[in-house]
Amino acid sequence: MSDQRVSQTEKNNGEESSQRSRVTAIIDPMCTAPAIEASHLRKEYDDTKPAVADLTLTVERGEVFGFLGPNGAGKTTAVKMFLGLITSTAGNGRLLGKPLGDPRGREKVGFLPEHFRFHHWLTAREFLYLHADLYRIPRTVARRRVPELLNVVGLANHANKKLQAFSKGMSQRIGLAQALLNEPEVVFLDEPTSGLDPMGRRLVRDIIRDLRERGTTVFLNSHLLSEVEITCDRVAFIKKGEIVHTSSLESLIEGELDVRIRTRPPANMLPSRWEVIVAGLKRWSRHVRVDGRSILLTVTSEADLPAINRYLVEQGAEVYALSPQTVSLENLFIQVVETETDVPSSPEHCRLAVSDRIEAESAKEKR
Amino acid sequence: MLRTGVFVIARLTFREASRRRILLAALALGAVFLLIYGLGIHFIRQDMAKQRQGLQRVVAVPIHSFLALSALYVVNFLTLALAVLTSVDTVSGEIDSGTIHTLAAKPIRRWEIVLGKWLGFVSMLTLYLLLMAGGVVGLTRLILDYAVPNALRGLALMWINEILLLNVTLLGGTRLSTLANGVLAFAAYGIAFVGGWIEQIGAFLGNQTTVMIGILSSLLLPSEALWKRAAYEMRTALADAVPPNPFFSSVSVPSQAMVVYGVCYALIALVLAVYNFNRRDL
Repeated sequence: MSDQRVSQTEKNNGEESSQRSRVTAIIDPMCTAPAIEASHLRKEYDDTKPAVADLTLTVERGEVFGFLGPNGAGKTTAVKMFLGLITSTAGNGRLLGKPLGDPRGREKVGFLPEHFRFHHWLTAREFLYLHADLYRIPRTVARRRVPELLNVVGLANHANKKLQAFSKGMSQRIGLAQALLNEPEVVFLDEPTSGLDPMGRRLVRDIIRDLRERGTTVFLNSHLLSEVEITCDRVAFIKKGEIVHTSSLESLIEGELDVRIRTRPPANMLPSRWEVIVAGLKRWSRHVRVDGRSILLTVTSEADLPAINRYLVEQGAEVYALSPQTVSLENLFIQVVETETDVPSSPEHCRLAVSDRIEAESAKEKR
Repeated sequence: MLRTGVFVIARLTFREASRRRILLAALALGAVFLLIYGLGIHFIRQDMAKQRQGLQRVVAVPIHSFLALSALYVVNFLTLALAVLTSVDTVSGEIDSGTIHTLAAKPIRRWEIVLGKWLGFVSMLTLYLLLMAGGVVGLTRLILDYAVPNALRGLALMWINEILLLNVTLLGGTRLSTLANGVLAFAAYGIAFVGGWIEQIGAFLGNQTTVMIGILSSLLLPSEALWKRAAYEMRTALADAVPPNPFFSSVSVPSQAMVVYGVCYALIALVLAVYNFNRRDL
């Protein structure tokens, strides 16, 4: 194949240079290496248990990778090791083909840290020019790129405002702009939406979607399942500094799923008759729960849904909605959290999980 | 060249000092100081001209020298304080606040961050020293018609002194919290000051043990020794006529070896600061 390409190059002298650059691009290890590789990475701080015990993972180019885990599981430590902010105690890894800690590996990398704390005495525009300089972006390019990004994150009207006057949401926006200055090949987002309003979350989702379309790798640290569910291709769960589970989101969705059916009996139906109809749903689901005007089922496959619908209609029930819920990720997460803390899931957990799910749903509906 | 990591960070550091009005406050204070000094020596000169018509140069020169060295002592103290106060939180503060994360995650080496900050501070402190010490030397020349001897050599020693304290504070910032670092820097300076004083009195009384204590305290931090050497260089030939005082008496003169020690001390502190920051988890 490459032989063919080379001979073709010889024929078309006009295209020679561009062809050659494509050939070198193919053999350049920088371009073929996975975005992120980690092999048995470990980080211990003095005396305490390791923050990251044994981290092995590969994130391919163009993947949107969700890194999930409860607070304190080692997510931030892992990202900091990838970025060379922390040196690992053991193990090794590569970022865009360069060993961790090598600044050349960070040339095409963007990073939004967890707390978005920046030099507050700079204006938004000065801040972006500073970081453009740190990326060694030529001034001519920066002059185009900075206003463009201020626009993307909706801060064009605040370009000359000092960062100290910025709200948390605005700081997040300028932080995102900073992470995208160099048209990165890998972007690390560490809890990019924690404590933000829905607008801020939406922006992050939109930006991740854009990055995915451009083929950029995104490494998303999060404990907010909705955004992971909506944006990620693949997720890994980290617990006590070790990856306990990795799966693609598609395979998660293919498995067991919850269904919420908004239905009610016709006005003239006896309550006992209705109870029999509801009990009949056990054919498809182990659990049948009535929750206000809805019935919640857990079915083994999406393929059961038409049959369930047909059954209800034939029995005379009035069906308003039949909506599958992709809660498998949430279930998995709660399993991880529960075994982490070794206590049964607290009401707070449930509430958080439910509100997260509702958010995910509404966001999907908007899509 | 001007857009390499070191210079980007240096400009950022300089800009921070001016944006946070540290430099402005120091310059305003310096201007007030120079004004007071200028007015003071102006009236002293008038007074001396009135009271002692045809005053012998032999008497006038030690007084002029005393005035100029007093003012330079204050300049030395102000620049050292500026060196410590501006740089005390530059590393530890950025680590605590988290602003360092976006900087250090860029394609930049750690040493570029430390040396960039260092360069930013050095250029700021050099500018300040030139304005202040140059102001004192100039005013003395203009108003009292007295040229401070070896002013350039003296200024060079004061400059080394500033950089010494800057480097020590930078080093502290790579290991200690901002507060601990500030306390340590000023405590070390205080020890060196008291030690220098004891050394002068010991030498005056001919007590070798106290001189040794002074020299040992100078080894701990040679800042006072560097100043004493600067004062010695800039003293008048009629130095013996200058009243003894703890600030710039040169009964016991720090040797050239102490100056070399000071330069090495500063260099090693900077190298250690880079080394510590390189290994530090952020």
